[in-house]
Amino acid sequence: MTQAIHRELRPGVRLTAVHTDKFKTSMLSLSLLAPLEADTAASNALLPYVLRRGTEAHPDMAALSAALDELYGGSIEPFVRKKGETQAVGFVASFLDDAYALDGSRILEPAAELLGELLLRPAIQDGVFRRDYVEGERANLIDRIRAQMNEKRAYSIHRLTQEMCAGEAFGVDKLGDEASAAAVSAESLWAAYQHLLATAPLEIYYCGSAPVERVETALRAAIPALPRSERPVRPGCKIQAEPAAAEPRLVTESLDVTQGKLALGFRTGGISVWSEEHPALLVFNAVYGGTATSKLFLNVREKLSLCYFASSMLEKYKGLLLVSSGIEFQNYEKAKGEILAQLDACREGKIEDWELQAAKRAIVSSLRAGMDSQSRMEDYWSGQAAAGLEEDQEALIARVEQVTAAQVAEAARRTKLDTVYFLKGLEG
Amino acid sequence: MTGKGYRQVGETLYHSQLENGLHIYVDVKPEFSKSYAFFATNYGGMDMRYYYGGDWQDTPAGVAHFLEHKMFDTKDGNALQELAANGASPNAFTSIDITGYYFESTEKFEENLRTLLSFVSVPWFTQESVDKEQGIIGQEIRMVEDDPGNQVFYGMLEALYAHNPIRVSIAGTVESIAEITADTLYTCHAAFYDPANMVLCVAGNVDPERVEQIAREVLPERGGEDIPRDYGGEEAEEVFRAETVQEMAVSTPIFQLGWKADPSPKGEEHMRRQFLGELCCEAVFGTSSPLYAQLYSRGLVNQNFSYGFEAYPGCAFLTVGGESRDPWALRDAIAEEVERISREGIDQGLWDRLKKAAYGNRVRSLNSFENICVGLAQSHFAGEEFFRFPEVFASIDKADAEACIARWMAPARTALSVVEPKGEKA
Repeated sequence: MTQAIHRELRPGVRLTAVHTDKFKTSMLSLSLLAPLEADTAASNALLPYVLRRGTEAHPDMAALSAALDELYGGSIEPFVRKKGETQAVGFVASFLDDAYALDGSRILEPAAELLGELLLRPAIQDGVFRRDYVEGERANLIDRIRAQMNEKRAYSIHRLTQEMCAGEAFGVDKLGDEASAAAVSAESLWAAYQHLLATAPLEIYYCGSAPVERVETALRAAIPALPRSERPVRPGCKIQAEPAAAEPRLVTESLDVTQGKLALGFRTGGISVWSEEHPALLVFNAVYGGTATSKLFLNVREKLSLCYFASSMLEKYKGLLLVSSGIEFQNYEKAKGEILAQLDACREGKIEDWELQAAKRAIVSSLRAGMDSQSRMEDYWSGQAAAGLEEDQEALIARVEQVTAAQVAEAARRTKLDTVYFLKGLEG
Repeated sequence: MTGKGYRQVGETLYHSQLENGLHIYVDVKPEFSKSYAFFATNYGGMDMRYYYGGDWQDTPAGVAHFLEHKMFDTKDGNALQELAANGASPNAFTSIDITGYYFESTEKFEENLRTLLSFVSVPWFTQESVDKEQGIIGQEIRMVEDDPGNQVFYGMLEALYAHNPIRVSIAGTVESIAEITADTLYTCHAAFYDPANMVLCVAGNVDPERVEQIAREVLPERGGEDIPRDYGGEEAEEVFRAETVQEMAVSTPIFQLGWKADPSPKGEEHMRRQFLGELCCEAVFGTSSPLYAQLYSRGLVNQNFSYGFEAYPGCAFLTVGGESRDPWALRDAIAEEVERISREGIDQGLWDRLKKAAYGNRVRSLNSFENICVGLAQSHFAGEEFFRFPEVFASIDKADAEACIARWMAPARTALSVVEPKGEKA
């Protein structure tokens, strides 16, 4: 069993390290945690991409690529993630583990050094970021914001949460909006960068064969003291337990598509990752629509042949359950009716023992298998870090195993429909 | 089972062949809690015309994929649910040339393996269940038709190839799948889901002898003959047409560029060509190449940029895809770089770095059991030894890559597919 070790390296700089030699790679990630806000989302989202363009020592992408190639084709990818109402920005890096280097060289230390350099010693011009880098990445960010419509299933969920949480921080997209992205300048981005370095908690994750002491030494050398005036505060998440209106809201949109996308957003009655009932919510989601044995899969897809996919997912930090399905336009009422009927079945406790067991097995298996995957472990621990939680997968598994059918039904009863989003074609 | 250690990549692989012709590979990984099993047939979307039962069989587009869906039906219910109820994550895919069924599990591996081998080898469908599946697959096809990434890729294949069935969508169309009957499926199953045409690959904390024993118990004792297939004869060296342009509801243009390479022969040369093709991409426009940095600064490409080399029976191609504000300018810039490299060669320093990085990337990919098992299966069908890649890799030199770039990436062998934005929000 691989255990995670947590260390505070400096005020507001925390390391989570998982020591294991079962992988061929080691993984390192750095994330700065900022509150998700409409005014700052776009510039924060832009930041890791501009930083990734060049550093003092490796001033352009060609120099950075050359440095990565020398580390056996290591990768360092910028990311922007949304964890509830926290916007996490940074880098995730994957390198060949030292054991597989052809010439026996060390890879961890130079890799950590390169990451520290990317975060703290960017290429600059007149005291701010290079203008050409800011302009290039700003255009890319705007393209990415616009490109969200390209993948229709993700787009329908994106639009659903945007509408449903319009007045809440959660309604802000992790990439920000096009207008604020367009307004970012080299100067304003530099100010946002300084602000983040001064105020945002920095979470570092490592997984690989090096013992934690070696990792700590490498990271302390790579990341010297940050310009902090006060101890950084972890951003929170405001959970709205109930739908705002008595009647669910319906939002429809038309695009040139051949298949309709139906998305339903529910509030989970305040149950979130921080709640005691969180495991019950996980099992409820799996019973209802999270797996291939779920009620949605078996009924909406297999029994009624209404769709190729109908599934549910959780926004565990925000206390939302989201259902999405791809259907023929004319099947809207039929599909929606069946999706809600299956929720009613959960609420009424119509949960067979095999359904409960299958749901638990799916969750447990996914958590355990996740520990065999570096990227899934990184995702788990960076999520925990953003939430300020330290519970490991085995502890969560133990709680999931205890969940009863009555608790699942209770979680279902607390879950209430807030908003329906339907994407349809241009005709009809 | 015979074991073989591959020290350089840190893997131990067991292999055996059963009396019925089935090859089994087991990669033992004692330090992991999950196990992964992959059971595949050498039969995919492109195998539409084949010789079986004394006759050439012509089947509608989408039949391999349709069969994959229906295989999960069993006499007692549905194998997908059976495996899922056991805590396994099962799934399946149909690619251009293979169909694979797999599960990942942390508990009850042997029971799950039995289920996998059994449902894939025993067909169980009725006309009624086939008719019902038309609805589900019809929706999957609709979803794929709305997926610009898929459309742009097929646009490229349709431009590269004149008649090779690779240019036909794996899932088929709503019309083509309407022709599929229970009989069509039974015939395809009898022909291709024969142990002699299949491979079983397992990775995880398992006992190789038990895997072999279970396969022997569950699967038929005897295997069949090799199935001849017709891919419509040899393709010309040049592309069928230079360009395909479509319009869809997208925000920025999406492109897929392809270069028609020579088909790869089977055996170790197949693997060598694979690396060679990948290194050609890296050298010309890969993310470490001088051209990429320049294209990126000009805004002609962004982070959404991926490339590779793919080889199938009778065809092989290099390809790159992503988003671009001007795909035509991008194509021309790459063509210029191809011409420059054909003239001046690849920079030695760049070549050395690319090889080091490509080697590291290949080793890194072995973290994933799925990559290992699917890779083992594909290598098996191509007649290669999967974990021998470090040796094959070392045998490739700069002059090989330069020759391939000059030959394969010539303008007459280049096809561009573009999906352009249309349809403003109503």
